[in-house]
Amino acid sequence: MSGEVITYREAVRAALADALRRDPRVFLMGEDVARYGGTYGVTKGLREEFGEERIRDTPLAEGGFVGTGIGAAIGGARPIVEIMSVNFSMLALDQIVNSAATLRHMSGGQISVPLVVRMGSGAGAQLAAQHSHSLEVWYAHVPGIKVLAPATIADARGMLWTALEDPDPVIIFEHVGLYNLKGELPADAGAVEIDRAAVRRAGQDVTLVTYGGSLPKVLAAAEALAAAGISAEVIDLRTLRPLDDATIFASVRKTHRAVLVDEGWRTCGLAAELSARLMETCLYELEAPVARVCTKEVPIPYPHHLEQAALPQVEDIVAAARRTRGE
Amino acid sequence: MSAAPPVDRAHALHLLHEMLRIRRFEEKSAELYTEAKIRGFLHLYIGEEAIAVGAMQVLKPEDNLVATYREHGHALARGISARAVMAEMYGKSEGCSRGRGGSMHIFSRAHRFFGGNAIVAGGLPLAAGLALADKLLGRAAITACFFGEGAVAEGAFHEALNLAALWRLPVLFLCENNLYAMGTALERSESETDLCKKACSYRVPAAHVDGMDVLAVEAAIREAATAVRAGNGPHFLELHTYRFRAHSMFDAQLYRSREEVEAWRKRGPIETFGPRLREWGLLDDARLAELEAAVSAEVADAVAFAEAGTWEPASDLLRDVHTEKAP
Repeated sequence: MSGEVITYREAVRAALADALRRDPRVFLMGEDVARYGGTYGVTKGLREEFGEERIRDTPLAEGGFVGTGIGAAIGGARPIVEIMSVNFSMLALDQIVNSAATLRHMSGGQISVPLVVRMGSGAGAQLAAQHSHSLEVWYAHVPGIKVLAPATIADARGMLWTALEDPDPVIIFEHVGLYNLKGELPADAGAVEIDRAAVRRAGQDVTLVTYGGSLPKVLAAAEALAAAGISAEVIDLRTLRPLDDATIFASVRKTHRAVLVDEGWRTCGLAAELSARLMETCLYELEAPVARVCTKEVPIPYPHHLEQAALPQVEDIVAAARRTRGE
Repeated sequence: MSAAPPVDRAHALHLLHEMLRIRRFEEKSAELYTEAKIRGFLHLYIGEEAIAVGAMQVLKPEDNLVATYREHGHALARGISARAVMAEMYGKSEGCSRGRGGSMHIFSRAHRFFGGNAIVAGGLPLAAGLALADKLLGRAAITACFFGEGAVAEGAFHEALNLAALWRLPVLFLCENNLYAMGTALERSESETDLCKKACSYRVPAAHVDGMDVLAVEAAIREAATAVRAGNGPHFLELHTYRFRAHSMFDAQLYRSREEVEAWRKRGPIETFGPRLREWGLLDDARLAELEAAVSAEVADAVAFAEAGTWEPASDLLRDVHTEKAP
């Protein structure tokens, strides 16, 4: 079905507007989400349609307003809390890890926290070392929360409602480099399931696993590999916790080679976790060591050339894939 | 008889009974701790009973409560059974949090008792959020948030008070100032020791209350709760009290003198209320003996219940990390 071409930003906005229209318990709060329209322009116009009771500008108090979101979720509302950047979310880590993630289990199943937190993450806009990191794995480490990373227009549009329907806390990472991504949104686009990873490109020779802002780079690498006669399968994790092992294992059992591409740092990162899982389950089906392409172990620097040098690049992914083939 | 009683006899005896329930329950808990029946941390409320008991006379079933890790008294006064609280401290599955939380994490959704929060000041944003949900969903309830004076040093205190005042949320902030954050005296941790001034800086009406006088506590909380119910935004009370026992069972109390503890003990809420009731002709030896006997029986019954309780099977360990999906 053909739909309109929109940006990732517009897809997120459409998802927010849809959720606010559908459920009167839903409200959005965060820094500059109302009058300013969101630091990345995502929430522009929502205040005009839904009013300031439901689109709430907060003080600069991440721990306070995320904690308030947790309380509101416990109290029966359906809060969507926006944090400008994953780096700022460190100020709310206590509330997310010590309260949102624990309350259900610690209370013996009595207290649900149906909270959705959205935040920008990732590098590429020369925002330097306090606005550019990819700390998704910090959250993916924690039992009790779900972690989503929409990488496509359809997922940006569809994951939010599914997250809101989840009775437990869900964190959605929107890579800031994707906001201007354009794509066609099917006319019947709506909620999408969040249980499975997606095969974004089918292939036979090597499996490239990634998520979020790295997906366009990995698809470009697969294209380059195809030009060199190598058929790469591209898996978009979509959900970072819980991980859909089955889709990854099925692909690697077919290709026997895996390259893990993660904009997070390599040490103790998501790629390390995926690598361990492949070793535990698919070791004897691998024909080469699992390869990792991650961000260099450095705070993201400001100048364009240094920032790009720190990040996974298409040629790094291509080279890693070739190495798994002994090239 | 030297003075006319300022309080109805049945109510006065109810207040005394409630304070005795907490006192004797906790004395027994301390004993059980030395027998290793109760493990982990055990923070006793002995000396501070007037606050929880006074507050619960005012709060309605639809109101929310958020408390700290020193919350046995609040739970009992709120109406959570001594059985369920004791079983929780034993870690038995009949406990109010199915034994998973222990002494520090008492929850009961049925009583709108939302912890049992053991991150100092972590409960304040939750309280603001519960109040926000009530406000957004058009419910008349208020949220009572108990915390110690140590919480005032945390950022979450300031963020929550500011948000609650800014958004005129129906929160009653009840600061139980027992003078010590673990072993650190207030004047050694706060540049301004008049905590009401901090609330006033957020334009939250605040008052000092003698937290050792259950009638004064009840009256002050009634007045503040009435204002909060009227939609005038949050109120703050600094209730001056003292912890007679150590911070937890591991505390050698090197930071305060025996004389200081003894001086406060003379001002104790039960120690002073009993003689006042006698003076007013509302209590005699026989009535007190009846109350003590009833309390003693209730505590013994709670211990027997906890002893007879069962351990949650280890096979259920992962249950309720997330909400179970409907089949």
